Amino acid sequence: MQLFPCPFCGPRDETEFHYGGDAGNIRPDGADVPIDRWAEYLYLRGNPKGTAREIWVHMICGEFFVMGRDTITHKVLSSAALDGEHAA
Amino acid sequence: MTRRYSALSLFKEGLAGQTGWKPAWRSPEPKPAYDAIVIGGGGHGLATAYYLAKNHNITRVAVLEKGWIGGGNTGRNTTVVRSNYYYPESVELYGLAHRLYEGLGKDLNYNVMLSQRGMVNLCHSTAEMEIGARTVNAMQINGIDAELFSPEDVRRVAPIYNFSPDARFPVFGGIWQGRAGTARHDAVAWGYARAASRLGVDIIQNCEITDFIIEGGRCRGVQTSRGAIRADRIGMAVAGHSSVLAAKAGFRLPINSYALQACVSEPVKPILDTVVLSPGCGVYVSQSDKGEIVIGGGLDRIPSYAQRGNLPTLEEVIAGLLEMFPIFGQLKLMRQWAGVVDVVPDSSPIIGESPLPGLFLNCGWGTGGFKAIPAGGTLLAQLLATGKHNDISRPFDLDRFASGRLIDEAAGSGIAH
Repeated sequence: MQLFPCPFCGPRDETEFHYGGDAGNIRPDGADVPIDRWAEYLYLRGNPKGTAREIWVHMICGEFFVMGRDTITHKVLSSAALDGEHAA
Repeated sequence: MTRRYSALSLFKEGLAGQTGWKPAWRSPEPKPAYDAIVIGGGGHGLATAYYLAKNHNITRVAVLEKGWIGGGNTGRNTTVVRSNYYYPESVELYGLAHRLYEGLGKDLNYNVMLSQRGMVNLCHSTAEMEIGARTVNAMQINGIDAELFSPEDVRRVAPIYNFSPDARFPVFGGIWQGRAGTARHDAVAWGYARAASRLGVDIIQNCEITDFIIEGGRCRGVQTSRGAIRADRIGMAVAGHSSVLAAKAGFRLPINSYALQACVSEPVKPILDTVVLSPGCGVYVSQSDKGEIVIGGGLDRIPSYAQRGNLPTLEEVIAGLLEMFPIFGQLKLMRQWAGVVDVVPDSSPIIGESPLPGLFLNCGWGTGGFKAIPAGGTLLAQLLATGKHNDISRPFDLDRFASGRLIDEAAGSGIAH
């Protein structure tokens, strides 16, 4: 069992967490967003091999946060509360 | 020199002291240019090269493989072949693969050990039986063999299931596909490699793509660890590493890579002669010809490029297995491993030209690529040869994500990815 660090609750079992997608994938705003931009937001993913910045939710406390991770070694690189970028 | 495999050649070689066998495929040095390049020497890539030569008479073809052929997901799956899907588009696609599998041993002159032992998807409640009936109806309407099983039918094909009154997952019935079964996964890779090589295809192993050669907005070749290799038509069939190559080509895909794990027990005497899947337990299981119990489950929960599984998922799978078959509690696990699979939001593959003209995609098979190898190869070969979709591959183009016409098999057939 790997431990993931929740910025609010500290280290907890990996099974308490759920993956939420790429960090920095901001929902497009406005009525005239072109269809390709919507498709990009909804579906296209970086899916990096190596260092990744991801949104996760700790299902116990319900908080979303940004976790830096290595997708090859599974090493956790950072864990921080959501910044202003995602706050909207 | 023995070129064709048969009972007679086996007998003759026995008399000749087994001295006439040749390597099953050539290992030539890469040429500077080809008519077509296929990236990825797994089942889909090798099948693509074979059908390019066989169906389209394009033989100046190279298959470029980073490691060794069949060493990725082709050698890591649980060898199940089936076509029990819900949507007509999926049935066309997987039905084509299933039919080609049925003639594959003869077509390739290589025994892929297809064993059509049937497969049952269990239903554990009245509600699941209703969904099961809907799936069976859909399959029959789409022209795929399917049968709704009663509890007695399930007991007949899988008598060692936990039918006790206090079972956590009681059997209300199941979805039966009699033509489903298993095939020897390595043999599929090796058979396609041998047949393609005999038609003139160059299979080049230990050849990693480092970059794409892009001229005038088109893909014109690849830079590799063994030098530049040029072609105007390039197909990629690299499963879990599709996003990595896409990044080199300058685009992104609707794919997340996850580890999918499987395990086998020590070999035991024949006890299970069909494939049993329980969506409730999140487990499917069969017995290999060697006697090992082959166990598969759902995806790991963490996006990953590590070819190894995480313990929580393995624990869940084993717990599910023991709910289904308490008798397996005495088995020792022999091996456990994982492959990196390319998961798409609608659980359907992506076949079509990429945003980089000249580069064609065969990816997004997620947890179910092995069963589709002959179709994936046939359809990517047609795209490379003609630049045009087959009617079967058209719905699976990348453009479905902008048009919104998804083929959601996660919802349709309830596959767990």
